[in-house]
Amino acid sequence: MAFLEISNLHARVAAPGGRDILRGVNLSINAGEVHAIMGKNGSGKSTLVQVLAGRETYEVTDGSVTYDGKNLLELSAEERAREGVFLAFQYPVEIPGVSTSYFLKAAVNAVRKHHGEPEINTVAFLKLVKEKMALLKMDQSFMNRAVNEGFSGGEKKRNEIFQMAVCDPRLALMDETDSGLDIDALKVVANGANSLRGPDRAILIVTHYQRLLNYIEPNFVHVMMDGRIVKTGDKNLALELEERGYDWVEQAVQTVGT
Amino acid sequence: MPTAETEIETLANREYKWGFISDIEADEAPPGLNEEVIRFISHKKSEPAWMLQWRLKAYRHWLTMTEPNWAMVHHAPIDYQATIYYSAPKPKLKSLDEVDPELMKIYEKLGVPLKERAALLGVEQQPSVAVDAVFDSVSVATTFKKTLAEKGIIFCSFSEAVKEHPDLVQKYMGSVVPYSDNFFATLNSAVFTDGSFCYIPKGVKCPMELSTYFRINARNTGQFERTLIIADEGASVSYLEGCTAPMRDENQLHAAVVELVALDNASIKYSTVQNWYPGDKDGKGGIYNFVTKRGACRGRASKISWTQVETGSAITWKYPSCILQGDDSIGEFYSVALTNHRQQADTGTKMIHIGKNTRSTIVSKGISAGKGQNCYRGLVKILKGATNSRNYTQCDSLLLGDKCGAHTVPYIEVRNTTSRAEHEASTSKIGEDQLFYCKSRGISLEDAISMIVSGFCKEVFRELPMEFAVEAQKLLGVSLEGSVG
Repeated sequence: MAFLEISNLHARVAAPGGRDILRGVNLSINAGEVHAIMGKNGSGKSTLVQVLAGRETYEVTDGSVTYDGKNLLELSAEERAREGVFLAFQYPVEIPGVSTSYFLKAAVNAVRKHHGEPEINTVAFLKLVKEKMALLKMDQSFMNRAVNEGFSGGEKKRNEIFQMAVCDPRLALMDETDSGLDIDALKVVANGANSLRGPDRAILIVTHYQRLLNYIEPNFVHVMMDGRIVKTGDKNLALELEERGYDWVEQAVQTVGT
Repeated sequence: MPTAETEIETLANREYKWGFISDIEADEAPPGLNEEVIRFISHKKSEPAWMLQWRLKAYRHWLTMTEPNWAMVHHAPIDYQATIYYSAPKPKLKSLDEVDPELMKIYEKLGVPLKERAALLGVEQQPSVAVDAVFDSVSVATTFKKTLAEKGIIFCSFSEAVKEHPDLVQKYMGSVVPYSDNFFATLNSAVFTDGSFCYIPKGVKCPMELSTYFRINARNTGQFERTLIIADEGASVSYLEGCTAPMRDENQLHAAVVELVALDNASIKYSTVQNWYPGDKDGKGGIYNFVTKRGACRGRASKISWTQVETGSAITWKYPSCILQGDDSIGEFYSVALTNHRQQADTGTKMIHIGKNTRSTIVSKGISAGKGQNCYRGLVKILKGATNSRNYTQCDSLLLGDKCGAHTVPYIEVRNTTSRAEHEASTSKIGEDQLFYCKSRGISLEDAISMIVSGFCKEVFRELPMEFAVEAQKLLGVSLEGSVG
């Protein structure tokens, strides 16, 4: 049984007349693996990871998702997070008035409570945070700032990976984390993500650019088109897409038929 | 967001947990307002003749006035003849030991510490709080009077002060809010029943927080309390006020008057956590809270701070204000006003700068949820002689859902060229994306809302005395349950 098994997943926008976005996604991820999903704008890549994280603006209309033997779709977003699913957002939102420190501590404690563990004490929390800040080359001062408030695009992305490192998830979903990052920031972020690799975990990266995959080497690369995964290969597929674009994949899919 | 909505609806829409009705025998005046009733009230309180005369003067003036209607609140006309203006739990009480055990149970249920806790001083490491408990129209008990008296501090019910300290009452009552000030203050001046009186002598810093706990219980009554606090030269005091009322279908009127006087180098901090019954989801019942609160910074370098968390009342109409007469005096107003379901609030402050180098700070946080309507109405008036004065105003609104409203009506008048007035305002909402962000980190919806709202109110909560700050945060959480849409 795969660690994450997505079977015939269909989802639409949860509003009257909402568009169908996922049209039968099939994906199998084993523990210890890193998978990358690439594809044109509007192919449904971002939607897929958001649906996995449990965002209610999308409605699942068919299919199933099994995570670590559990029915993921049955769990609420916060329950999924507490079970070790973490989404690094494409557009991280600001939360004025709530310090990053307070927010992160609440997150860590929510997970601990779920597992019947005692709340983390201040000293241990500070130690953990300091360690991860060093890993992501972040400045201490930002812990007292409100979550993402006044952060540049790159800082927000780094903050996502920093939070991910602190929360230590078993299924890390990275939604276009690399967009808007310069090379140095990219390396730091990749470093952070790589520190989360392990035999009992998995990482799913959504990206447009092959560049990030130089630093976080994937086991598998998938191409998503019109709400489905249409091609799977290894890291070389990413290089090929970079060179040739997506048209050749589209054509190949069309000639074969669905 | 169909699933989000159902989730929110199934969130326990917690009942107003202070809404219980207690069966206490009461001594009541017949409903209606006329000179007879006023004489009845005065007689019941064994007031001296001068007090009765003052009431009658106010009543006669009230008859010439019309109810103001400029506030952004809508309500059915109030029938002043259908209200009972005096209701006191029987029998008359002389000391804490004689307090009706039923009453004691009520206050215990409300979490008000009535019994003296001298023994716990030091053990709990928490400064004790002296409490004056007002049940309907009478002050039921006041704790720590002896301890305070040792420092020369007078803290007693208003009725007692009228009898025991007439000179102080006559000197200051009506000097900040004259009997003719406005419709509701005039009504209060005629029929006020009880409240707290506090006098801090020269140079004394009151060693504990003083508080009054108001509870409206009897039906069809109005509560008209009167509070007067005087801080003499160099004195300081922190005062807390808490309010609750039972759930009833009829509206009840609460028209209080609070006057504060601070002399040279004195300071008064007045904090309120108001949780009058707000009416049900459809706007039935609930307290009408029409209050006149004003502080006079008479002395040089005197300071008055108002801090309030208003979550209750069907209708709130109050503008705690500061008159900055003394040079270098300071006025502050920190407020969180919440309107949910069908509550309406038209609230704010007035800062009147008269002396030189005076400073005022206004931080108003309005939270609207359900179909609540929240209006901030503020006046910053800097008179010609108030040279080199400054005001800073920050007015923020948070909208939860798409059926509520937030309005701001600021008035700024500056009549000299050396002063400065700054006004900042913002309107925001808690987005689904913010809530999802929190949930994606394992934080529950309730905790997420609470966290975001507390963050929004942080600047105000910071000003509350510690016990109140914790209570206020909890109250906000309870009041907001089931409100995000």
